[in-house]
Order: sequence, then C-alpha cells, then structure tokens
Amino acid sequence: MSLLQVSDLQVRFETEDGTVKAVDGVSFEVDAGEALGIVGESGCGKSVANLTILGLTRGQNTTVSGSAMFEGEDLIATDTEQLQRVRGNEIAMIFQDPLSSLHPFYKVGAQLVEAIAVHQEIGREKARARAVELLGLVGVPAPERRVDDYPHEFSGGMRQRAMIAMALANDPKLLIADEPTTALDVTTQAQILQLLERLQDELGMAVILVTHDLGVIAEIADRVLVMYAGRIVEQGTLDEIFYDPQHPYTWGLLGSLSRLDRPRPKRLPQIRGLPPSLLSPPQGCHFRPRCPLAHKQCEKVPPLESRLPEAPAHLDRCWLEPEKKRSLRVVEDRIGLEEPAA
Amino acid sequence: MLRYIVRRVLWGIGLLFIVSAVIFLIFYAFPSGDPAVARAGRLATPEEIQRIRETLGLDQPIYVQYWYYVRDLILHFDFGYSYESNAPVRELIFDRLPATISLVSGAVVLWLLAAFPVGIISAVKQRSAFDRTTMVTTLALYSAPVFWLGLVLLYLFADDIGQFPIFPGQGAYTPISSGVGHWASALILPWIVLAGASAAIYARYLRSSLIDVMGEDYIRTARAKGLGERRVIMRHGVRSAITPIVTLLGIDIGLLLAGNAILTESVFNIPGVGRLVFTAIDRSDLPVIQGVVLFGAFFIITFSLIVDIAYAYLDPRVRYA
Repeated sequence: MSLLQVSDLQVRFETEDGTVKAVDGVSFEVDAGEALGIVGESGCGKSVANLTILGLTRGQNTTVSGSAMFEGEDLIATDTEQLQRVRGNEIAMIFQDPLSSLHPFYKVGAQLVEAIAVHQEIGREKARARAVELLGLVGVPAPERRVDDYPHEFSGGMRQRAMIAMALANDPKLLIADEPTTALDVTTQAQILQLLERLQDELGMAVILVTHDLGVIAEIADRVLVMYAGRIVEQGTLDEIFYDPQHPYTWGLLGSLSRLDRPRPKRLPQIRGLPPSLLSPPQGCHFRPRCPLAHKQCEKVPPLESRLPEAPAHLDRCWLEPEKKRSLRVVEDRIGLEEPAA
Repeated sequence: MLRYIVRRVLWGIGLLFIVSAVIFLIFYAFPSGDPAVARAGRLATPEEIQRIRETLGLDQPIYVQYWYYVRDLILHFDFGYSYESNAPVRELIFDRLPATISLVSGAVVLWLLAAFPVGIISAVKQRSAFDRTTMVTTLALYSAPVFWLGLVLLYLFADDIGQFPIFPGQGAYTPISSGVGHWASALILPWIVLAGASAAIYARYLRSSLIDVMGEDYIRTARAKGLGERRVIMRHGVRSAITPIVTLLGIDIGLLLAGNAILTESVFNIPGVGRLVFTAIDRSDLPVIQGVVLFGAFFIITFSLIVDIAYAYLDPRVRYA
C-alpha cells in the first residue's frame, strides 16, 4: 500500500481576473521510502499541489477537490487542527528560499526547538540537545555553537541545512522538498542534494522533490512526474522519462538541458512560446499551442494512460503513436523537440 | 552598542543647544510684542517700562542674554524666570509635567489596548464584517478633530453638562497624590479623546503591517511545522509586525510630552505643559517658551534614542556601531 495516494486533486483560486485552475486533476502515489520527482516550469502547479496536500493553500479564495490519502486519512477533507498534527510531524516540508523561510527574529535553535516541542512532550534541555543533534546530522559544523546563531548569521547552504534539520525534527515519513536548491549556488546545490539522498537512505523516509531542474531530478528521483499547466503530462521511472520520453513537452525539457558530454549547440534549444494562462487554458491538450506536432485530435484532452504494452506504469498524455514518437523526438541525434517552422 | 549610545547622547546635547539658540533667534527676529510692555500693564509710563526692561535683562544684546541663559542652565539647571509671573520656569514646568504625563501615559495604554486586538483581528479576518466595520470606524475616528471629539464627549458624558452624566468633565483634574480614584476618573474622558485618533492610526498600521507579514515565507514555514494558527499569528506574525509600531510609538510619546497634547488639555482644562506654553506664547513669555521647547526637545531626543535601542533588541539583524 502506498504511503500517500493523491487522487484527482483540483485546486482553483478565485482572483479578480477570474478563476485560476492551478491544479487540474492530478493523481499520483508515493510509496514508503521512495523518492518521487515532480518537474515542470514555473506556474505548472507543482508547488500548489504539494502545498495543498498539507492544507497550506487553504483560504477564502481557494477551492480544493479530490483526495490525498495518507495513512488512512484524507488530508484534503480533514480539518485544519487534525492537519496541524500531521504537518511537521509525519509530513514535513522545506522550501525554496531558506533565508526568507526562517524567521529572522528567532535563533535557529529556538526555531528547531519550537518544531520539536509542538509535536513531542519534551523538556527544554532535551529539545535543545535534540536541536544540536539535528544540526549535526545535516552537517552544520560546530552545531552546539551555531544553535544560538540567528538565520542571518548562516550562509545560504547552512540555512537550507537548518531548514532540513527542522523538517527532520519529528522523524517524518514523508519529506516534501519544494525547489530546495533553486536559491543556492551550484556547488551548494550538489551538497544539499547529496545530503537529502543520504538522509533518505539513512532514515528511510519518502521524499517528494519538486523542481524545475531535470538535473536535480536525475540525482535523486526513483520515479518522475512531468507537469504542465496544472496537469501531469507524463509519469514513469527515472529511466523511462530520460531514455524513452513519450510526451513532446518532456522531449522539449530534455532537449533544453545543456550537456557537457556533447558538442556545444549554436544556441541552447528551447521550447517556443510561453505556458498558457491558467485563467483561460487552451481547449484539449494544454501543450497544443506550443507543440509542433499538434493536430486535430489534440483539441480533445488526451487521457493520462499507458500507451506502451511493455511498460504499463509509464503513463503519458499524448495522442501520437509510440512508434511515431520515437522517430519524431530525435533532433540532431539526441532527444529534443523540433522547433516549429518560423 | 555603548559607543553608539554615548555618541547619540552627545549629539542630543548638542542638538538641545542648537534648538535653544534657534528659539532665541526666532523670538528676536519676529517680535510678537515687547515683553516689558506686556509686563508693565496698560497704564505704565515709558520710565517704568524701561526699568522693567533692565530688570529682565532685555536691554542687553541678544548674544549676552543667550550666554547668561546657557550659563545658568548648565551651572544651576536654571531655566530663568517667567516674565509674566516672575516664577522660576523650572518650577512652572515641573508643576505642569505630572498632569501631562498622566494624560499621555494613560492615553498611550488605552490606545495600545484598543489598537492591538482591532489591528490583529482585522488583519487575520481580512474583509470580514468586523474588518470593514472597524476600518470605517477608525477612518472616522482619526478624521475627527480632537476639540470636536472632546466637546461631543463632554456634551454626552460630563457630570455637569452631559446628557448621561457619568464622568467628571472639564477642570476636574486632580494630581494622583490626592487620590488615584479621582485622578483616574477625571482623566477617563481626556484619555479617550487623546487616544482616539492614535488608536485608529495604530490599528490600521498594525493591520497593514500584519497583513504584509502574514504573506511572508516564514509564516508558511511556521504553519508547515504544525504550529497552531494562534501561535503562528502571535509568535511569528505579530512579533514581526510590531517593530515599525515601536518606532511610531516612541516618536508619538515624545511629541505628546513635548506639548502636542495641548488641544486635549485645553478642552478639558487640564493644567499641563501644553496649556503652559499656549499662555506663554500668548504673552510673549520667552523664558517659559524656551523652557518648554527644551523639555520637549529633550523628550523627543530621549524617546527616539530609546526606540533605536529597543529596535536592536527587537530585530537581531540591526547592529549599531
């Protein structure tokens, strides 16, 4: 049985300009100990979907439907008080910018102690000792001294380590990492990813890694969801997504990766155009306006289903025949999305 | 930190000298009436006026007068004598200060007690009926002139002329030494009047400050930790939202002690510093004006220093060198 099972999640925001369908029927599962990567560009709904699982998008202007079953409990339907027992306890979350995500007025140690004390009956001394232990676990040097520092006295990488330490405070079964490396420089990114990988192994927790960076996904994920404009357009194992991608949007993402082991292209390939406004998304396949392969059938939404007999768990949302895709996706000897004729 | 405080104190003292010199200059550059004439009365002969002028030292050149003033101030903490009543200015001010401090301190407590819950609730329940009602009310409250609000409250609640004679009205002030009960009851209406506009401003300020803070990433983190909403709002939200309020509060207290409570003092006939300086300006009583302004400047400088020191404690990112 899976640890988390999200079914037909829909999130809508009422704005002055109309209704934004930020998440439009997303379903996925995470098994215990598994690392799931969710990839997509800004505004595709990947963060909103995960924030919604913890009820962090709840508000007057938000409408949520669907379910998110976690240990026999539907996190979408449950009340906020019950969710508060899950947040930071069984499911923890870390965010993109560790400087703005830590409270500037409280010492790092105090923020860790608060995270521990909210879910555990524990004395001050013990909580503090646990905070030091956690900082050590995530590789903060001299934790017994740094525990009394303020966030602004930490470097960017150390702040993210402190955020991770806070997330680990109550031994969560699931860690949701929302763009955990985006605000960091490249060497620090690598360190944080290694840390997450090590912790996942050591503590046996499941991880949902939300990112726009396929390179980050490749480091950690066992399985991958590709999201576009509020929907999952493809999902499969890491190898399936990287070596046998079925959706043209995935081809475009892979094609726009810069690679050190290939000759430098004249210019970095990109996917033409911009993602659609979620106020009025296009009919049918959301990727249609940017897809050079779009045809009449694309005006109907392709279901997310397996189209490969040999890989029943590899799902995608594209009407094209798999064999046709395999020939179409090769651009200059590598996977990519052919640029539409200008 | 200590170096910073010492430097600020020295600056403050220098500033007080500049302030006193400027008042001297203004007084002589824009004569509002000859103090000797005012002192002498309507039927005085020119000789009498001249004699008074000499006793008051007004025949000396202005820089000599200023020198005597500064010398007495530093050596004897002597602010000179009132032209009008011949009493020492220091005594006059110290007689009046307790009334002003009573008025201001009570009003500050009152407006903070009103502004905090209103500001917090209307920020958290944004666009609710409570929010809309209080925001319209506060707008009305700080648009209402103090003298008008004071007269309305007197008309409604004063025990002599009021429709519902509940509270003591005009001129009921007695010092705290002659009974806390009477002191407090006499000040209830003035406190309300003085607190009204500030309560409104602080409530709105806290509301918008808290709304900004509640959109911060660290608030999302606090919720993601599993904290209860009350703790998220109070410990993480309000804690950040009050720092700009502290600045505002320091300046406001300084200004009110410096004489800005004058309208309330006038409406309720409270013998405070504002009333003192109002009369002094009317009579061209330079030593009294000078003394009150120096006290006022002292309060403003002191409270802005207190604010800056408090800020370093409230926001650990702030460091003074």
